[in-house]
Amino acid sequence: MSTAAGDVEEMAVRDVINQTLGEEMERDDRVYIQGIDVSGRGGTSNILKGLDDRFGTDRVRNTPISEVSMVGSGLGAAATGMRPVVEVMYCGFLGVAGDQLLNQVAKMRYMFGGELDLPMVIRTKNVMGANAAAQHSQALHHWLAAIPGLKVVCTSTPADTKGLLKAAVRSDDPVIVFEHGGVYNRKAEVPTEDYVYEIGEAAIERPGDDVTVVATQNQLWNALEAADRLSAEGISVEVVNPRTISPLDTETIVESARKTGRCVVVDDTPLSYGTQSQLSATISEGAFWDLDLPVKRLGVDNVPIPFSPTLEDEVIPGTDDVVDAILDLA
Amino acid sequence: MSSQGERSAAIADQERIEMLRTMVRIRKFESVIQNKFADAEVPGFLHLYIGQEAIATGVCQALEERDYLTSTHRGHGHCIARGLETDRMAAELYGKETGYCKGKGGSMHIADVNAGMLGANGIVAGGIPIATGAALSAKMRDTDEVAVSFFGDGALSEGAFHESFNQAGIWDLPLLGIVENNQYGEMTGLEEQHPPSALDDLTIYGEPYGVTRMRVDGMDVEAVYEATLEAVEQARNGDGPALIECVGYRFEGHHEGDSQFYRPDGELEEWKQRDPLLTYPRKLIDDGVLTEEEHQEIEAEIEAEIEDAIEFARNSDYPDPQQAYEGVYSDGGEQA
Repeated sequence: MSTAAGDVEEMAVRDVINQTLGEEMERDDRVYIQGIDVSGRGGTSNILKGLDDRFGTDRVRNTPISEVSMVGSGLGAAATGMRPVVEVMYCGFLGVAGDQLLNQVAKMRYMFGGELDLPMVIRTKNVMGANAAAQHSQALHHWLAAIPGLKVVCTSTPADTKGLLKAAVRSDDPVIVFEHGGVYNRKAEVPTEDYVYEIGEAAIERPGDDVTVVATQNQLWNALEAADRLSAEGISVEVVNPRTISPLDTETIVESARKTGRCVVVDDTPLSYGTQSQLSATISEGAFWDLDLPVKRLGVDNVPIPFSPTLEDEVIPGTDDVVDAILDLA
Repeated sequence: MSSQGERSAAIADQERIEMLRTMVRIRKFESVIQNKFADAEVPGFLHLYIGQEAIATGVCQALEERDYLTSTHRGHGHCIARGLETDRMAAELYGKETGYCKGKGGSMHIADVNAGMLGANGIVAGGIPIATGAALSAKMRDTDEVAVSFFGDGALSEGAFHESFNQAGIWDLPLLGIVENNQYGEMTGLEEQHPPSALDDLTIYGEPYGVTRMRVDGMDVEAVYEATLEAVEQARNGDGPALIECVGYRFEGHHEGDSQFYRPDGELEEWKQRDPLLTYPRKLIDDGVLTEEEHQEIEAEIEAEIEDAIEFARNSDYPDPQQAYEGVYSDGGEQA
């Protein structure tokens, strides 16, 4: 990981995405964007606004509402000299492109003998807490992380958004970048220099001694807030951001678990077969003899995300839930 | 449909002989592999192209080295017509490390990206979006390369076909779809796969996308070749996608082991009268392009080549088991 020691700038995640893709398109003519409404509106969250004016509609290319051909043609372009960045509006729409993701994108390099570079990024977003109902509110990085051949990253902060998105665009493998609608407007300092965060490296966002919380995306922000609150009560919480879901940085996560002996994992995927289970198993296997208590998993209860705010709030973990989980272990 | 009589005058003798050689190579390769599969020397699934040789041959004869193609689960013919070597193909089918995919793909996934061959594909219509992307890439890189996707009549029922040709139509991509109508989708006949309004001309599925539509006799290699030449020229000139239906017949089952319960009596025998491996040599001999002796020489020479290919496959090593963990990503191995 190359981190910046120089100038920083306070930026929101959404502006970091726009700036980063703009920089990568400046740097490499082969990088182009395709997806629904990417030109004009700037993508479904208006994040790409203005890139069409800078780079033209050939490189910021509106597709028909066709997830299969949007993803599949990205793959074909990647196999033949381009470096596409495909935007899939909501992660729930990845299902439409299912075969291309599962059988084509993930397996092409391996099945063909391992030498074909497929420099392709698919950006999509997890959404929770937007009262958008079950098809538009879900987190699915665990789904794609279960497919060997795909690299899967989850962006959470302005700084990791820049480092991970640059790494994804420059990777010669297909990388699925899961953004999160709940963090687009989060602001924090971002180094202004050019840097990448290596895919497969986790980060300690906040060091601590008593309890480890491994958290992604919106839950990372909740975990940091929980750590703040608990420090007033004398509980020192270490917050780990996996950054990459596949391949997972087992070493950093296990090391933290061995240090504190108590772990909470929190993520927006469903508790059954979700990311939490993989994280929990990894910690249990690697740090079993150093754990004081079983790993505690927090996630979305096993229901489709309901629409009504009172219902949705019920099933998604919030900061209070993270605080309670830490207190249970501390 | 265009017929070969009115068209073949312009094709050079050398090209006609080359096309014959390609068809003979496909037939002999597959016939031998069929036997080796029956002997349990070749593992896995096997979908044979026998009967459809004129299609792959005619299409690939009209392409340049810089063009791309995607293929299907029934892909040996496309690979051979594209110029892939039968020894490395046989090795792949045998699961050996000298195979095109180092034994990781097998019959349904042979690829040689350096030769523009973007892979056979085990998913019906799975290659069409990939070819669409190659066509997009060709256009964005400002080349005159063309991407060709082979697929069967069954693929016309898949969303991937429609999404891709819609996109190619909007973007005017140099994409050429070859519909190999072999009368069956797996083990179910055309009439249960498509509405009556489509049966007489399957290119009707391309109509709303504005593609150029052609329909040719898929048992006639020269008709296929000439139609493809026309479509390729159009695509190279920036005039957009085309769809060519090649009407032919699958002489073997969907896969080896298929009892073929679904074929009406006499249907196979009737189509075999038009077997391009019988009719084309006869035609070339009648036209004075080839002598009977030369034809026999071609047959013998390719037979020997295929024998060598099988020997190469047999004598090659199986991959070291550790290679299972290599080649998942650009940095080599599996994930941690």
